[in-house]
Amino acid sequence: MNAIALSNWDLALAALLIVINGGLSLALSLRLERQLLISTIRMIVQLTLVGLVLTTLFSHVSPLWTSLAALAMIAFAGHEVTARQERRLTGGWSYGLGTGCMLFAAGVVTIFALSTQVSPDPWYHPRYAIPLLGMVLGNTMTGVSLGLHTLTSTLTRERAAVEARLMLGADRHEALLPVTRTAMKAAMMPIINSMAATGLVALPGMMTGQILAGADPAEAVKYQILVMFLIAGGTSIGATGVVLAGGRRLTDARHRLRLDRLQAGKAA
Amino acid sequence: MLSVRRLRRPDLLEASLTLADGECLAIRGASGSGKSLLLRAIADLDPNEGEVTLDGVHREDIPAPDWRRQVCYLPAEAGWWADDLGAHFNDWDRASAFFQRLGLEDARKDWPIARLSTGERQRFALSRALAINPRVLLLDEPTSGLDQAAITAVEGLIAERLQTGTGVIWVTHDPVQAERVADRWLYLENGRLRQALPLPGEAVPREPEAPLSSHSAEISGKAVQ
Repeated sequence: MNAIALSNWDLALAALLIVINGGLSLALSLRLERQLLISTIRMIVQLTLVGLVLTTLFSHVSPLWTSLAALAMIAFAGHEVTARQERRLTGGWSYGLGTGCMLFAAGVVTIFALSTQVSPDPWYHPRYAIPLLGMVLGNTMTGVSLGLHTLTSTLTRERAAVEARLMLGADRHEALLPVTRTAMKAAMMPIINSMAATGLVALPGMMTGQILAGADPAEAVKYQILVMFLIAGGTSIGATGVVLAGGRRLTDARHRLRLDRLQAGKAA
Repeated sequence: MLSVRRLRRPDLLEASLTLADGECLAIRGASGSGKSLLLRAIADLDPNEGEVTLDGVHREDIPAPDWRRQVCYLPAEAGWWADDLGAHFNDWDRASAFFQRLGLEDARKDWPIARLSTGERQRFALSRALAINPRVLLLDEPTSGLDQAAITAVEGLIAERLQTGTGVIWVTHDPVQAERVADRWLYLENGRLRQALPLPGEAVPREPEAPLSSHSAEISGKAVQ
């Protein structure tokens, strides 16, 4: 592999595009320049830090530091999931359920890939473990977040319909089934769509990166297919977990709907 | 048959009552007095405490879905979980018998719920509840959206069920209807059950100034006819 190295001047030149954008915003009073500036700086700082962290991790190949980095990523993802909920579960259950499901789903899928298909030496080598986890986690997070959000908002809206079934003697699983379906569909739609459209509409970022770095396109495609399977697996495990567990939390052993376990609506 | 002792929802409700086979108990009360909350609590749809038995069997000893099939709550505005009418009935033929009685004989399975009027929905929901053949029906303003002919049909149908031994608790704001359908009456005020106020035609006394204590507000449940 012989990637074309980028100099800082190359990046500065590319940053001109943002400067032009900011200039346009000022000239046309679009009021985007402030947000544009903040997110540009965030992007630079965050990516530079990640680069430093990854460099350090790769030079040590320590199972302890690698797993700490992985746990930190999952904790951040849990925070993102909670922040995106319009109606959170009371008592930290949103964070707990979201994080727990992602930890399980992304963990299982990443370890599965590392121990079978990718199998670096040692298997926990951060050069493979961290990027794989990142890709699986990013998508699992979207699925978990959408699944939980759709579950709580649909249950709130469809309360009368769910309770109508309970009143007629349905158990909680049966009464919740239409809502469970809606939530699962919402959670899985992004990955299903992106599998169907990939390659035609857009080249996936990971594959593009490998090709730019000089990899053989056929090899890059194989990697991308593997990653798609891992992402789909992680998303469905995580979303199923969070939707079923969330549905259980919002009902009780006497098969009652317990919307009192949701906090009042909060703008997302 | 049905016995409710010290049914409680904190700060909302505390009530005791009994209901015999084939008996119709009317519960009246201003809106917001907790009539729906009381029926929901009896059907165990919200967290509540108290001793509730059916034919001597404690509610907690029966799975909640079985309890609700036997003690069936019909809200004033029932919920619908599918787009078309047919999906809401396990046994369409059985429910059709009730459709006939309630002026819904034209009903078809592919009717969209969204196109039904309030009154039609109310009668379909009643048919749906009757079709599971509960021992006790908890009716929450079951005729609020109906015209006089439909009200008569509903009251006639319920009267027949009472004949076969079904117990009915009928929440209504209408004192004339309460008198017409029920064997006895209770009055719910601020979540406490009291003996019924006098029916129309009798002098209505002023409300007592001091609130009744919760103890004296409890009704033993003896018939007050």
